[in-house]
Amino acid sequence: MSTSTQTPAPGTRLDGAALRSPIDWKYPIVYGVLALLTLVFMGLLGGSSGKSTTFSFAAGTDLFSIPPLTVASQPTVIAAGIVLVAMAAIATWLATKRESPGIWFPVVFGVLFLAAFLTWAGADTGRIPITPLLAGALALSVPLIFGAMCGLVGERSGIINIAIEGQLLAGAFLAAVVASALKNPYAGLVAAPIAGAVVAVILTFFAIRYWVDQIIIGVVLNVLVVGFTNFMFSTVLTQNPEMWNARQQLPVLPIPLLGDIPVLGPVLFRQSILVYLMYIVVAVLYVALFHSKWGLRTRAIGEHPKAADTVGIPVNRNRVINTLIAGGIAGLGGAFFTVGSGLAFGKEMSAGQGFIALAAMILGKWNPVGAVFAALLFGFARNLGNTLSTMGTPVPSDLLLMLPYIVTIFAVAGFVGTVRAPAANGKAYAKQ
Amino acid sequence: MTETSPTGQTVPAAPVAASGEGIGSGTPQAPRPTLLRDIMSGSWLVSVLSIAVGLLAGAVLIAAADPDVQATLSYFFSRPADFFVAIWQTVSEAYLALFRGAVFDWQAQSVQRAIRPLTESLVASTPLILAGLGIALGFRSGLFNIGGQGQVILGAIFAGFFGYFLTLPAGVHMIIAVLAGIVGGAIWGGIAGYLKARTGANEVIVTIMLNSIAGYLIAYLLKQAWFRQTDSGNPQSRNVDDAASLFPLLPDPFRLNAGFLLAVLATIFVWWLLERSTLGFEFRAVGENPHAARTAGISVGRVTLIVMMIAGALAGLAGAAQVLGTEQRLTMGIGGSLGFDAITVALLGRSRPVGTFLAGLLFGAFKAGGYTMQAQTGTPIDIILVVQSVIVLLIAAPPLVRAIFRLPAPVGKGAR
Amino acid sequence: MKLELRGITKRFGTFTANDSIDLVVEPGEIHALLGENGAGKSTLMNTLYGLYAPDEGEILIDDRPTTFSGPGDAVAAGIGMVHQHFMLVPVFTVAESVALGYEPTKGGSLLDLGQARQKVRDISARFGFHIDPDAVIEDLPVGAQQRVEIIKALSRDAKILILDEPTAVLTPQETDELIEIMRQLKSEGTSIVFITHKLREVRAIADGITVIRRGKVVGEASPESSESELAGLMVGRDVHLTTDKKPADPGDATLLIKDLTVVDRVEQVVVDDVNLEVRRGEILAIAGVDGNGQSELAEAIIGLVEPRAGSISLDGTDLAGLTVKQRLLRGIGFVPEDRSTDGVIASFTIQENMILDLYDQEPYAKGLQLQPAVIREEAGKRVAEYDIRLTSIDDPISTLSGGNQQKVVLSRELGRPLRLLVASQPTRGLDVGSIEFVHKRIIAERDSGTPCVIVSTELDEALNLADRIAVMYRGRVVGIVPADTPRDVLGLMMAGVPQDEALARVEDGSAATEISAAEEDPA
Repeated sequence: MSTSTQTPAPGTRLDGAALRSPIDWKYPIVYGVLALLTLVFMGLLGGSSGKSTTFSFAAGTDLFSIPPLTVASQPTVIAAGIVLVAMAAIATWLATKRESPGIWFPVVFGVLFLAAFLTWAGADTGRIPITPLLAGALALSVPLIFGAMCGLVGERSGIINIAIEGQLLAGAFLAAVVASALKNPYAGLVAAPIAGAVVAVILTFFAIRYWVDQIIIGVVLNVLVVGFTNFMFSTVLTQNPEMWNARQQLPVLPIPLLGDIPVLGPVLFRQSILVYLMYIVVAVLYVALFHSKWGLRTRAIGEHPKAADTVGIPVNRNRVINTLIAGGIAGLGGAFFTVGSGLAFGKEMSAGQGFIALAAMILGKWNPVGAVFAALLFGFARNLGNTLSTMGTPVPSDLLLMLPYIVTIFAVAGFVGTVRAPAANGKAYAKQ
Repeated sequence: MTETSPTGQTVPAAPVAASGEGIGSGTPQAPRPTLLRDIMSGSWLVSVLSIAVGLLAGAVLIAAADPDVQATLSYFFSRPADFFVAIWQTVSEAYLALFRGAVFDWQAQSVQRAIRPLTESLVASTPLILAGLGIALGFRSGLFNIGGQGQVILGAIFAGFFGYFLTLPAGVHMIIAVLAGIVGGAIWGGIAGYLKARTGANEVIVTIMLNSIAGYLIAYLLKQAWFRQTDSGNPQSRNVDDAASLFPLLPDPFRLNAGFLLAVLATIFVWWLLERSTLGFEFRAVGENPHAARTAGISVGRVTLIVMMIAGALAGLAGAAQVLGTEQRLTMGIGGSLGFDAITVALLGRSRPVGTFLAGLLFGAFKAGGYTMQAQTGTPIDIILVVQSVIVLLIAAPPLVRAIFRLPAPVGKGAR
Repeated sequence: MKLELRGITKRFGTFTANDSIDLVVEPGEIHALLGENGAGKSTLMNTLYGLYAPDEGEILIDDRPTTFSGPGDAVAAGIGMVHQHFMLVPVFTVAESVALGYEPTKGGSLLDLGQARQKVRDISARFGFHIDPDAVIEDLPVGAQQRVEIIKALSRDAKILILDEPTAVLTPQETDELIEIMRQLKSEGTSIVFITHKLREVRAIADGITVIRRGKVVGEASPESSESELAGLMVGRDVHLTTDKKPADPGDATLLIKDLTVVDRVEQVVVDDVNLEVRRGEILAIAGVDGNGQSELAEAIIGLVEPRAGSISLDGTDLAGLTVKQRLLRGIGFVPEDRSTDGVIASFTIQENMILDLYDQEPYAKGLQLQPAVIREEAGKRVAEYDIRLTSIDDPISTLSGGNQQKVVLSRELGRPLRLLVASQPTRGLDVGSIEFVHKRIIAERDSGTPCVIVSTELDEALNLADRIAVMYRGRVVGIVPADTPRDVLGLMMAGVPQDEALARVEDGSAATEISAAEEDPA
């Protein structure tokens, strides 16, 4: 066999120094900045010398309670800062070898940074209530999680949904009105998904039937829903609030045993049915998306609709169905603002949460579990802002509230791993 | 979201540009596109019909929400005429009030008051036109700039702060403050442009995030004493100096100011930029086909950055016009919903400078008239949002409008 | 299974893509459907596969009339299709790709990927495909992706397999493997419809040949027909692809490419240590199968991709670090490979496309101000000079035929003094008349003393135009040979066999057997 002449396969010869890929400095820089921030500004110059920080974990009916934890502020922050600097150094060293640390690395780094931050921010301010902090974070995350699930079901099928904001608002509106009219919060819960789905109907009608750019429809739908709900609020709802906009609240249904776990129990398992529904939606979506026939088809029409078409999958019909389901999910999220929180409907009460949900979906890389964690992160940041501002810490809450948005910008700019959207996202599909 | 096609269907392809007076080329000459020809070509008809349907949709809502109409409905089968009379009264009252508030108030006691609505419409349209031009410029360059809102806020922050923080002679101060607004918007737009150019970050997401950040930024600044320069209990700033205010074009009580002149100048500038400049050629090339543009030596990244900066600058100018002209001080709501309104304006104007100008006038008139309507008939101004969004949805789907009115499909140019 | 098409007609608007086509495929036959690009082959097969509904005519399977409302019906009837552009989701695994649309499930609607994996393993083992069911599609080489497509079709019990231009993306040895697979399928009773425009392959494998031109069947032929007979049928007149040209009169070597290495986005070496010299007044053709680094080489010269190592210099200056624009201004003319994507902007007018890379140069612009009158006048001159058929220079360029669009590109790139011409696939998709015109223009440019680099995957084009031919394989230049080198030698070189060895083998007369013997390892 005289085949010694075969040239090597492409990609096998990347040994020469000139051919090596450039060093990726992004992570070392981010780690380094955060570590120095901790050590220098919060630790050495943080003005917390001699002060102490107390964390409390108690929440009423725990089976057993954890005593509050008090630490000396400055030494703790400095110690954490030193560890963070060391970790940043490790990351830098790995980067020069073109390697990256495991997934645990950013997690440990993040938790440590957060602990240091709380210690610094909470120095001599009274106890930092961990359980309410987490419970509040979960509460603020509920609409975000529903919204993100809505976004990712749509985008996995190739439909960009900028109208999550509008769907949340529509859900909140209809839930409030129906619950109020029927004097039953559960009726609101049933109505909310319908509102979200109606918005989705308009979205798919224009996107699929008339090929209108999906971003445009989304933007316009948001305006439409705001206009409609504001108008109805100012007319019908204000003319007869007892009838149309009386407060109704979904009751809290504690789960026995699970609800008594310290810290986590009250946070996760003393909630209304809406939150339990959310757990179910996330779990079902995760399994369905990656392990079911529906999920395989959904991902196919979002990535390569023509390939799906050639094996007999009706692309546009599936897109419509999925977008309607997604709309329903977002509508449920909207219900949290009204019946979920026991509030009457108010103008524009979704307050941009639909856009954060979109951000959570992207940060979670279009994966239900990832999106949940991103949404929790955003909810936590927001609640931390609220908590800290009431505790009178030196951190301006407005700046803290910007954090989720800034993180998302960094993410889409490629600083937080590669973010890859479904390939056919936003592209109308038509058979020739 | 990598490859969205922001220009999609709704943003029509660049109109025939470089069509100057050719001589002796030996090829048949296409007629020069004119406003008249545009009107006849059908796209204007679609616009007009969309506006009609939008107003009709608004009418339905107004009637449905009206207690009198609801009351007549309860005895509809005995006296149906009452029902229709009630509808007619409610709707015509609201829309007549809208017209009187937007164009000409024939019920006014003085001539001044009668023509004031028209000038109020121009005042309201000023920021819409300016920000709408920014969005339109982005559309034509293939960029979906959702960030008008943030850019308006940044423009207002910069213009406002320079307007009351500095002490300068009249005129100079105004120019400095306006320029500051331009810079503020350009920075905010430029961030999205830079990130898109450098890292490919999707501008839709980045600008949405920047909108929220701008909202928190102004909230933060309006709590800082060094920035506010006032003891007011409300989250607002000191009034801008008279020297920095955009000068009025008409005496009191008219509020029309030089901001409107800026809008007119900006429209002419954007037209020149897109249709007659080499830069605009690059913008349009990148918007229509970035691959071919790149192959032709056009730096797509540079175009992205420049377009986003100019788009931001225009939105910033809108913010400056708001704070230096109409509002005179910074407040939390200085941006209103201008950024999103501007998107609808650009869409209605089909991303063309003159179209955007006219669309801005229309939506400005809606806004000005809406306040009168709310004050005089109790119909909430929010109805305007519904009317506007229905209009834009229809504009974006001409086949739907044609189907509603059973219009024939236009004769397309042979594509093969 | 027997397949018969009777009088199939398919129109798109006023354009008739298929005009009452008749075709019979006997059971166990490999039937070639031969025709030029755009002759209507793919339309016919998409109709057969249920993707298009025919306007007239009927499809008979085992002599029974059948109608397909979608691909699902066609698959149920035993028709499988391997599309020219693979219908595979890049992020799916092989098993997922095979399962899609025909998902094996367990417990209601949960996916049973184990079953899909087993199916892939079974079929893969039966035909020796070596496909890992858990491999991700985008990581597989093109040949392997094609085998996944075949597995997809076979897993649905296809009795008739349609292969649409299956060799367009394959290397010669992958083509040989495919031919072997086709033989094996045939021996198991599968009928195959093999769509191609490559004459040699048809003669190597087909049992029956139907030739179509401009949407009509123009004849049946047997595999014994000579290549020139088939070609004659295909293009409708005697092909003579020889453009008259004087012998080259080369001057100094002004384009020097040294140790050039280009790496793609996923860090694969696509141009591997290439060294080339091109002299003034000569045409160097870069030959090779699509995807062997030629496009990237051309893009590196114009500056669209940044090389990882090595240098390119023109007229003694290193081009490193120069932008595309700066290179254009140095007198490089560039005709891109994909005209509709990179060469023109479809919605721009013809006159705008004529200044696409000159819009900011005198006399078309003064400062930032465009000069519409000048642009219009110049465009008029070019239209006359290049004989571009159009209604108005104010129409979008998309209203022109491919040949006329390419003339616009050429008029733009050749309409200024050049120091170098780089043209990638300058005649792809053009009719014979336009090909001749383009070739003449390129030769005229050579005769005016410009060094020319022509990338072409069509061996005929390379042989017709070139003064020297560089053959690329897997990113490397296998050899640079004179333009009168025998086709067999070039063919071997395109499969990666070095020049000396290729020459020796051809002289032995053992070329044909060695090609298939040489590639036992598809890596």
